[in-house]
Amino acid sequence: MTTPNGSSAAPDPAPDPSTAESTDTGSTTTGAATTGAATAGAAAAASSAGKRSWLREHSELGVCVLLLVLGVLVLTDALTMDVDITQRGPVGPRTVPVVVGAGLLVIAALLAVDVLRGGRGEAEGGEDVDLSEPADWRTVLLLSGIFLGTAALIEPAGFPVAGALLFWGAAFALGSRRVDRDPLIAAVLSLLTYVLFDKLLGVPLPGGPLMGVL
Amino acid sequence: MNALNSLMDGFGTALTPVNLLWAALGVLLGTAIGVLPGIGPAMAVALLLPVTYGLDPVAAFIMFAGIYYGAMFGGSTTSILLNTPGESAAVVAAMEGNPMAKAGRGAQALAAAAIGHFAGGMIGTILLVALAPTVADLAVDIGAPDYFAIMVLAFIAVTSVLGSSRVRGLASLLIGLTIGLVGLDQMTGQQRLTFGSLQLADGVDVVIVAVGLFAIGEALWVAAHLRRGGAEPIPVGRPWLGRADVKRTWKSWLRGPFIGFPFGAIPAGGAEIPTFLSYVTEKRLSKHKDEWGKGAIEGVAGPESAASASAAGTLVSMLTLGLPTTAVAAVMLAAFQQYGIQPGPLLFEREPELVWGLIASLFVGMVLLLALNLPLAPVWAKLLRIPRPYLYAGIMFFAAVGAYAVGGEVVDLVILLVIGLIGFGMRRYGLPILPAVIGVILGPNAEQQLRRALQISDGSVSGLVNTPFSVTVYAVIALLLVWPLLKRLVVRGRSRADA
Repeated sequence: MTTPNGSSAAPDPAPDPSTAESTDTGSTTTGAATTGAATAGAAAAASSAGKRSWLREHSELGVCVLLLVLGVLVLTDALTMDVDITQRGPVGPRTVPVVVGAGLLVIAALLAVDVLRGGRGEAEGGEDVDLSEPADWRTVLLLSGIFLGTAALIEPAGFPVAGALLFWGAAFALGSRRVDRDPLIAAVLSLLTYVLFDKLLGVPLPGGPLMGVL
Repeated sequence: MNALNSLMDGFGTALTPVNLLWAALGVLLGTAIGVLPGIGPAMAVALLLPVTYGLDPVAAFIMFAGIYYGAMFGGSTTSILLNTPGESAAVVAAMEGNPMAKAGRGAQALAAAAIGHFAGGMIGTILLVALAPTVADLAVDIGAPDYFAIMVLAFIAVTSVLGSSRVRGLASLLIGLTIGLVGLDQMTGQQRLTFGSLQLADGVDVVIVAVGLFAIGEALWVAAHLRRGGAEPIPVGRPWLGRADVKRTWKSWLRGPFIGFPFGAIPAGGAEIPTFLSYVTEKRLSKHKDEWGKGAIEGVAGPESAASASAAGTLVSMLTLGLPTTAVAAVMLAAFQQYGIQPGPLLFEREPELVWGLIASLFVGMVLLLALNLPLAPVWAKLLRIPRPYLYAGIMFFAAVGAYAVGGEVVDLVILLVIGLIGFGMRRYGLPILPAVIGVILGPNAEQQLRRALQISDGSVSGLVNTPFSVTVYAVIALLLVWPLLKRLVVRGRSRADA
């Protein structure tokens, strides 16, 4: 299930230079042209639009930045650790974090090189996934917000209420607008789940004031 | 015939009415969840983990066995009737199964798949019974350096054998290892990456990581790219097979397991490679070559049987070495750890009731799967019509239930969402999910074994390679690492010879 541009990793060094150029025109020329443009600062009019589309093309560099930040975080945490008293045996609690942190830095660099050389991570497909349309960020933000709201509500309002709101809210965010049916399904699902887990399976969930009344 | 005796004891455990009930419930739930589009076996098992929290370990794992096989069968039902497989192992099922369904032979395709799963699972589990105790016996003397070597093998295999990009696999592994570092150091009690937070001192529960990456990550990812007006499933009647079909497929059913089982046992991606190999083999051996691509029933029977047997193979390395080779095995390993049980060579000695009960219930589950799924297939097919908003809202709902049930803490829900967003980003940029999960589950363990080994050798690195077993494992690792380079050299040599 690989798309032509999805096979990420650095392009194999081909046997002779002429084929390398002909097969890799897409990736290598954009890379070379854009870095050239960025350093030389030529073509001022086109450069701002070009820069934006370059950034969009290379948004995967954001992953490198995140990996870099994570690596620095892990390394700082490991190196500021106070280990003198607790050290037992030749390998202390610091060693593995240092290795992992350093690994993150190395991988961030390698991934950046790969992206600049034209490698692209292949977005995951699936039964209900349509990659031809741009990402719908509103739904993702809405879902995250609803999920956080549930987290805030679950203890004061109890699971049956918070769970029902989560299901209804998520279904709404995903495009379901059946005002007659959706809340009903949500309430029944949430209540059934509560009874099943809390009463039958022995997994405690907070009942909240509503269950106190019933 | 010690294994046979133990297996009989296992049947004694598995066939009690209560445990039979759990097995049946597992098969039904597993199939129902697995049929739902967008939910693969790993997410099914992760979402159903909390259902078992209140159960004793034996009942829980009996149920898991049912869920595992049920979810795999459910996945192939989806690909046959919808032709849009969500997970790689079911891709092959769609290649011949969907044309069959389109030609009005969906019932036969489902029957060939169901019986294929049955045959593959049976033969695979028999091989498991024959091999697992031997492997466990051989591995029983292995110590800290050997364990460490096995875990390094798992890390390397999962990042370099699977997926298309090593860098991205390694990035995913390191993210997982970092999450695994959070909490108190197991040997000294030193706080790591907790930033002074008490809630993080316990570390991030693996169940939350698995549910976050598989369920929340997937729901958010689909939400961002939801297909409007998706593919229509093909309606189907009760599965059955005519004489002519059985005549064509019985050899395929029997061949599949011998391709699937060995691939399941080694860290090479579970069912993906063996299903494809089985497909190619069946195509070559078929007497009806003209039908291939238009709905050849052998192309469903063989690969499905191979997939099911590879699941049994996966259990060999998971139970005897504690080495998960697939995402489902990784989630099951997390479930074992939840009960404070460490799979490995000693598992067969320490928890015979659990292990043999689990293995016996695999046989029971297989029979239940066949008995329940043939008549229920039309019902499963209806599940494919579930409105997508309900489906993904339901996934988020049950993910929240699962994360909250782990410890009854609200902060776990927030961590779940954060990990879900990481899973979203990983899907967007093609970072495979499995290495991260393996990193979280095996990372802390690998660190402990490493430090134990170095403590014994007093800090000398030679302490890591002082057993024949560990040297062998490192040789395999070296081979895995060098293989792509060798392949490149061979290809280059060949193209030069051509020129």
